Amino acid sequence: MYNFEYTKASSAGAAAEALKADEDAKVVAGGMTLIPTLKQRLAQPSTLIDLNGVDDLRGITVTGDTVTIGAMTTHDTVARSAEVAKAIPALAHLAGLIGDPAVRNRGTIGGSISNNDPAADYPGALVGLGATVKTTKREIAADDFFVDLFETALEEDEIVTEVSFPVPEAAWYMKFPNPASRYAIVGVFVAKAKDGVRVAVTGAGPCVFRVPEMEQALSSSWSPDAVADIKVSDDGLNSDIHASAEYRAHLVTVMAKRAVAGAK
Amino acid sequence: MTSTVSLTVNGKAVSAEVEPRTLLVQLLREILGLTGTHVGCDTSQCGACVVHVNGTSLKSCTMLAVQAEGADVTTIEGLADGDTLHPMQQAFHENHGLQCGFCTPGMIMSAIDLAKRNPDPSEKEIREWLEGNLCRCTGYHNIVKSIKAGAQAMNA
Repeated sequence: MYNFEYTKASSAGAAAEALKADEDAKVVAGGMTLIPTLKQRLAQPSTLIDLNGVDDLRGITVTGDTVTIGAMTTHDTVARSAEVAKAIPALAHLAGLIGDPAVRNRGTIGGSISNNDPAADYPGALVGLGATVKTTKREIAADDFFVDLFETALEEDEIVTEVSFPVPEAAWYMKFPNPASRYAIVGVFVAKAKDGVRVAVTGAGPCVFRVPEMEQALSSSWSPDAVADIKVSDDGLNSDIHASAEYRAHLVTVMAKRAVAGAK
Repeated sequence: MTSTVSLTVNGKAVSAEVEPRTLLVQLLREILGLTGTHVGCDTSQCGACVVHVNGTSLKSCTMLAVQAEGADVTTIEGLADGDTLHPMQQAFHENHGLQCGFCTPGMIMSAIDLAKRNPDPSEKEIREWLEGNLCRCTGYHNIVKSIKAGAQAMNA
């Protein structure tokens, strides 16, 4: 690992200021991607700004129609939250599928979405539920937040502070995990809410995407059969040693069917 | 470039000079000489380095030593009470929950975290919990048996 300076941030605002002052600095949340990246010498930040001491970024608030999760809340906390499980069971279920227990004990929602790994689970939930990302500067709709491979709408000196999820009528997440890493080869999040149906796909392409054709079909008939014959194009999907683009396209339909069947 | 980190390891207050890039596992093994915590990979996948930080199982290869400032860390060396093994260690001994033994410290630390949350885990729950602990000998059968017995003994 290349060496770097280390500072503890006193607040999200202070961390954002520090980022503004040094363009080669990086923020560390749970570090579950960043520290392995540093170990492989794939990044060389000048300074790591640690958010782990910023306690007001941790926590879950559930009101009647919204679940709000602080950026530094761990996957384990979300997965084991009785309040989340009651309001949006699909969200607690998804958090419990991320990585392994030791990773869930340390990894955070803010870190995961800011990294925007194409095979991460949380982007599926944010886009599937139509969440809102709150940052040190503004609020960003999930549809606008995830831009491309490892790229988000965040500016260089902007830090995620919390994510708000509207409570749907029914939702579920089905993932076909890589058997070694547990990253999504394909993950499909479906949700039925007052303002319509959403189908979000993670793992399959360079960035999370919606499937409008499935959303329309499910709006007319909320049943697994409604999406059974809808295929996404394999054009532009990921193709690697784990799965071809064609196979991933096939899995989107299978996972979508299962997600609708499991929705609660 | 170095700074002093102070923490509690296995009940004892310790301080050490570390660089920002020093990993917690390097502090434990190379500076404090606690070589029971193993490093089995370079990629944060194998789980041989799992320790407890403030009571929670974490991969000590994926946390910086400076991040453990003020923390309460328990390693495999901190489990036994003199010559009396921890119930989970005893269960691994009795059920022969190891082949080469390299992954065992991480397995035991991870298993104790499971047993604290779930006093009587099923075989399926144990196998799911072990997603982050790899055994290159593939000796999972007796590891699962050991964890089931150990969890029951811990919560007896």
